[in-house]
Amino acid sequence: MTRLAVPKTYKLYIGGKFPRSESGRVYEIATAKGVFLANAAKASRKDARDAVVAARAAHSGWAGATGYNRGQVLYRIAELLEGRRAQFVEELRQGEGLSESVAQKQVDTAIDVWVWYAGWADKYVQVAGNGNPVSGPYFNISTPEATGVVAIIAPQASSLLGLVSVIAPALVSGNTVVVVASERAPLSAISLSEVLATSDVPGGVVNVLTGSAAEIAPWLASHADVNALDLAGAGDLAGNLGWVDLQIAGAETLKRVLPPESGVPAPSVERITFFTETKTVWHTKGII
Amino acid sequence: MPETTRFLDYAPAPESTAILTLRESYGLFIDGEFSDGHGETFPTISPATEKKIAQIATADASDVDRAVAAARRAYSRTWSKLSGADRGKYLFRIARLVQERARELAVAESLDNGKPIRESRDVDVPLVAAWFFYYAGWADKLDYAGLGPNPRSLGVAAQVIPWNFPLLMLAWKIAPALAAGNTVVIKPAETTPLTALIFAEILQQADLPAGVVNIITGAGDTGSLLVNHPDVNKVAFTGSTAVGRSIARSTAGSGKKLTLELGGKAANIVFDDAPMDQAIEGIVNGIFFNQGHVCCAGSRLLVQENVKDEVVDRLKARLSTLRLGDPLDKNTDIGAINSRAQLERIREFSDIGEQEGAERWTADCEIPKNGFWFAPTIFTNVSTSHRIARDEVFGPVLSVMSFRTPAEAIAKANNTPYGLSAGIWSSNGSRVLGVADRLRAGVIWANTFNQFDPASPFGGYKESGYGREGGRHGLAAYLESSGWSVAGRVAPRETGGRVAPSPAHIETSPSTKKAPK
Amino acid sequence: MIIEQATSLAPAERAIQLIGGELTEKSLRLHLEGLPGVDAVGLEARADSLGTRSIKTTSKAWALDRIIGLIDLTTLEGSDTPGKVQSLVAKAMTPDPSDLSTPRVAAVCVYGDMVPCAVEALGTDGGEAGIHVAAVATAFPSGRASLPVKIADTRDAVRFGADEIDMVIDRGAFLSGRYGLVFDQIVAVKEACRREDGSYAHLKVILETGELTTYDNVRRASWLAILAGGDFIKTSTGKVAPAATLPVTLLMLQVVNDWYRLTGERIGVKPAGGIRTSKDAIKYLVTVAETVGEEWLQPHLFRFGASSLLNDVLLQRQKLSSGHYSGPDYVTVD
Repeated sequence: MTRLAVPKTYKLYIGGKFPRSESGRVYEIATAKGVFLANAAKASRKDARDAVVAARAAHSGWAGATGYNRGQVLYRIAELLEGRRAQFVEELRQGEGLSESVAQKQVDTAIDVWVWYAGWADKYVQVAGNGNPVSGPYFNISTPEATGVVAIIAPQASSLLGLVSVIAPALVSGNTVVVVASERAPLSAISLSEVLATSDVPGGVVNVLTGSAAEIAPWLASHADVNALDLAGAGDLAGNLGWVDLQIAGAETLKRVLPPESGVPAPSVERITFFTETKTVWHTKGII
Repeated sequence: MPETTRFLDYAPAPESTAILTLRESYGLFIDGEFSDGHGETFPTISPATEKKIAQIATADASDVDRAVAAARRAYSRTWSKLSGADRGKYLFRIARLVQERARELAVAESLDNGKPIRESRDVDVPLVAAWFFYYAGWADKLDYAGLGPNPRSLGVAAQVIPWNFPLLMLAWKIAPALAAGNTVVIKPAETTPLTALIFAEILQQADLPAGVVNIITGAGDTGSLLVNHPDVNKVAFTGSTAVGRSIARSTAGSGKKLTLELGGKAANIVFDDAPMDQAIEGIVNGIFFNQGHVCCAGSRLLVQENVKDEVVDRLKARLSTLRLGDPLDKNTDIGAINSRAQLERIREFSDIGEQEGAERWTADCEIPKNGFWFAPTIFTNVSTSHRIARDEVFGPVLSVMSFRTPAEAIAKANNTPYGLSAGIWSSNGSRVLGVADRLRAGVIWANTFNQFDPASPFGGYKESGYGREGGRHGLAAYLESSGWSVAGRVAPRETGGRVAPSPAHIETSPSTKKAPK
Repeated sequence: MIIEQATSLAPAERAIQLIGGELTEKSLRLHLEGLPGVDAVGLEARADSLGTRSIKTTSKAWALDRIIGLIDLTTLEGSDTPGKVQSLVAKAMTPDPSDLSTPRVAAVCVYGDMVPCAVEALGTDGGEAGIHVAAVATAFPSGRASLPVKIADTRDAVRFGADEIDMVIDRGAFLSGRYGLVFDQIVAVKEACRREDGSYAHLKVILETGELTTYDNVRRASWLAILAGGDFIKTSTGKVAPAATLPVTLLMLQVVNDWYRLTGERIGVKPAGGIRTSKDAIKYLVTVAETVGEEWLQPHLFRFGASSLLNDVLLQRQKLSSGHYSGPDYVTVD
């Protein structure tokens, strides 16, 4: 007799913990062929609110860590992802209907993208910052620093690689994130959350909401304590909501908004620096 | 504890050597495995006990040839064909292995070099891991190194490193070279080969392709054969200014890129508004850390005259709690001098200092019977014309001079053929930055000293050498821009070496050769 | 422009001798603000470095015993009762019933109105054992009350038999630059420590370093407390975080060292609050020994203000004598 499986409960990931939605709602996730896979938590606006609170609370610690430290933490996550390749491959096969080899390639690429970004943590400042030769007796230096809390609408079609490609760059400089996962294939997002929960990433640095992006996104876009919006996956949101409305909502508090891309965003240092603010410091210089 | 024993005479806290699995003898690490050298073997000893640790091979000319050939093969066939991401993965592995074997490496370093275990454990080895981590991340980002898109690696790098930070200097050399796509033949110092040889085992554990890193032991002759080898594209040397000069001479016209990190006689400038207790710590750290065997040591104290007596008094009081002794005791602050030769040199200098008329004060330390030891020593009433104010002693000897105005401090600090580092102690930010502006030194520490970080470029002005190690700048030594190519540097990588510069041979179209990513 | 009134301060011999002339708010301020600054990064690095000392075997055994002998065993809760105090005193006299060779603590520390109870519980045995009674006073922990109230608080405790008084400085006054006010209060409290027979209760001055925040402030407050006549400078009430830290204590020891080099007089230091493990306490012993000298490792010059520290030290002591790790069931709760 074949062994009965122990199915997993898929909850949200907020503040380092796995709560159900405060609304108590779930929605059905099926395989590409329509077979029931799991009930995933359906996040409400209050969950989104709580996620922002958690992200804000975690921000000063994460941004205050040295770049080397953040790089180490992010690299460790890649090590854990590597150890869980089989699980991720299986979830992609079931959730997105990918073949074994395509799924493997995606997982490999996702891990490599994560490693690429991890390596930037203690270097992007050297590329994006510099001393400025001002005309006067002043020491003058420009440095990028994290903007704060970034709300991200993850690519809806690519549940792992797309997700990783938007989370990692925001984290490099010290931002904390609230990410809305792919609505129809959220399982990789929760598995990624499990990896994060067992890594050295402090709770609240990454918060993952599953559910209806169309329902949640406007609340994040208008939230006054969110500093930036990555609308990468907002281009293919179902429902009446267009992503432009999200950008308009963000304009209320002058959020920095990255418009949607089709497909998976390519690794780029611009994706890191977009979510930074440049600070320029002057200091007098005089010897007597 | 009996009444007569003081708490401050801390009970022994020895770090065990049981963690080491040492061989009786080590060969040369060439092409991914150990093989015998053809030169005469020699022992490496513990400078604290004078006991032999292991027998070490010497690479002769044929061995150097072999090593360079292995590096060249690995470059052409393997390493230059790997993506930057893959090179990075190897470097990440090495970093991790260093972390895993950190304790073992720290013990080996203290045993072979003589430095306190607390330093190798808390400073040297963590920095080694950090250096590999940092450069691992650059391997696939070279477009951002500041040399334009698709910068090219150089080929085979010949690297010769000193005995004062054996494993750390190895990391400073190997990590950027590999990240940039080069392969390496490296010669550790003859008195401190041990951690390099254990590192070779780590390279095997990391499964680094054979020949990418070759480690050949030997003395000055081996080093000379290596840097002068015709099939080497790049030479990197850290050591004495005298040897640096001779390398610069012998590589002239060869087309080899050269970086040198040489000696120093750094000035530690203490103003009257310095945070006093921290300044004392900084002075002590500046010259007595690593027994003063530091190229960037703050060996000249320039103190503002109105606080000179107070500073000297506090310094002497502070030295009374420094503990000199067994490097493997976790409470030791001052370890052994690395070799008998170095000890003789330090003694000679100290005698010269006395003869020149400076006033000598030495900390009251119990000196063990065996081994090479020198108690921390301070010379006051030093004049700028004294040899102990000009020449690098490379030992725990501080020369104290005074100044009256900032301009005088700056002039005296700069008045040396060296220019590696300097320290500034003042609570006034404007003064700190203003003085920093005017000091001719490659590394300037303000209200701190001896800070090192893989992200921070390190290197000297003037006779302290040229080129920088660490940071984005540290990549420049191991890369060249593609695109427009000028004045004859067009020899294909496969044959190694460079065509001698010829004015007529100027390429006028952009190079179509793309460096592998 | 307002020229500060040159208000005279209460007589305090040390201050007069050091600053000289007529001691005013202004001359005091000039002196305090002329002290050399502190570089926080350097100070904390030095404290970290002292924390890497490895204290083993005989040194560790000595250290553990000495720590116990330097503890002010403390209970400072609103809910303290006579029963609680009696239990504390019993623990102070017999820290480890399974090992009667265990040293006794230096003192018990209670609220002023619990002093009679502590004195009675100690009885003659406690007195013979040399265990002192320290009382917090001056509207501890906030210090927010009028001077007459603070003085009355102090006098009561002294009258009830306290050997030592732990007072709090007026942080509000300090942070707003009214150094003279802070100074005067300390002088007044010192005077209130005077007994009928002319002897003085020992005065510890709590700076509440967690509220002073910067190391420069701590340095100034330390000097101020010494100039005004304090016998001990103490870091914290334990009611505010951060309480005692190694860098702050190191800084205060440096001030004490400077005072000793200047005058030959020895002032005590008491870190209080947040020191829970033997490992941490040993770091403090090392810091004292290597900064101001091991002569200071005696109850009249150094104390730990602690409660749960004692049990951790006892557990370590038990491990040293038995050779195996101990557990919470083998030490008593008070």
